[in-house]
Amino acid sequence: MTDQIKNKGSVTLVLFSGEMDKAIAAFVIATAAASMGMSVNIFFTFWGLNVIKKEGGLIKGQNWMQKMLNMMNYGHAKKLALSKMNMAGMGPMMLKVMMSEKKVPSLKEFIKTASELGVKFYPCEMSMSVMGLRQEDFLDECEDVIGAVSYLAIAKTSEVNLFI
Amino acid sequence: MSEYAINKTLDARGLSCPMPSVKTALALEKMSLGEVLEVLTDDPVSKKDLPVWAQSTGNELLGIKEEEKTIKIYLKKA
Repeated sequence: MTDQIKNKGSVTLVLFSGEMDKAIAAFVIATAAASMGMSVNIFFTFWGLNVIKKEGGLIKGQNWMQKMLNMMNYGHAKKLALSKMNMAGMGPMMLKVMMSEKKVPSLKEFIKTASELGVKFYPCEMSMSVMGLRQEDFLDECEDVIGAVSYLAIAKTSEVNLFI
Repeated sequence: MSEYAINKTLDARGLSCPMPSVKTALALEKMSLGEVLEVLTDDPVSKKDLPVWAQSTGNELLGIKEEEKTIKIYLKKA
C-alpha cells in the first residue's frame, strides 16, 4: 500500500516449497499482513521459484542437467502439484474447483492482489544459478534477485519470519 | 437505515479469509479521514478478524450488526 506506515511491522516469508497448497498458505498470510499495513517480503528459493515463473519455456538452462531439471520441474502459478493427494494432477484440479466454489482466490489472483498491496517478491540468486534460470524467466512483479545476506538483512528487521 | 452516516459500502459477501480484510484495506485506502465504511460479509471469521484488523491498523470500529447471514461491520477511517 502506498500510505504504508513503517511502524506497523513487517513479515518476511521464505517460500522454499513449490506446491500449490503451501504457496497459497504463504499468500494468505502475505495478503492478510499487507492488508494490516505491514510491509511484506517473500523470498522465493529452490522449488518455490516455480510459483513466480512465467508460463511457457519448457527448456531452460545452459547444460543438459539444468535443461533436464527444468523440464521435469516445469511449473508456474497455474500449474503446481499438491504436497498431499496430488493423484497425478487430479488433486490440484479438484482443489481449484473446491476453492472457487468457496470464492477463495486462485494462486494467480493471490499473486496479483499481493503485488497490488505492495508485497515484495525476491527470487533467490543461488537457486537461480544452480537451475540455470534468469530474471526474465520470472514474473515482472518481482523485485531484484537477492542473496542470502540480503534476505537476512530484511529478516533481521521483521517481527514475523516464516519458512514455508 | 443505519445509525451511522455511511460514506461507502463494501459488499464482501461470498468472500472468504483473508479477502474481506484485503478488500476493506483497499476500500479504506481510497477514503478520507473520518469517513465511514460499511462492510457486508457472510464470513463468520470476519466478525473476529475485522475488529483485530481495525485495531492493528489504527482505524476505529464503530459497531457490528448481524442481519440473518449478513454481518455488517462499520469502520471509521482514522
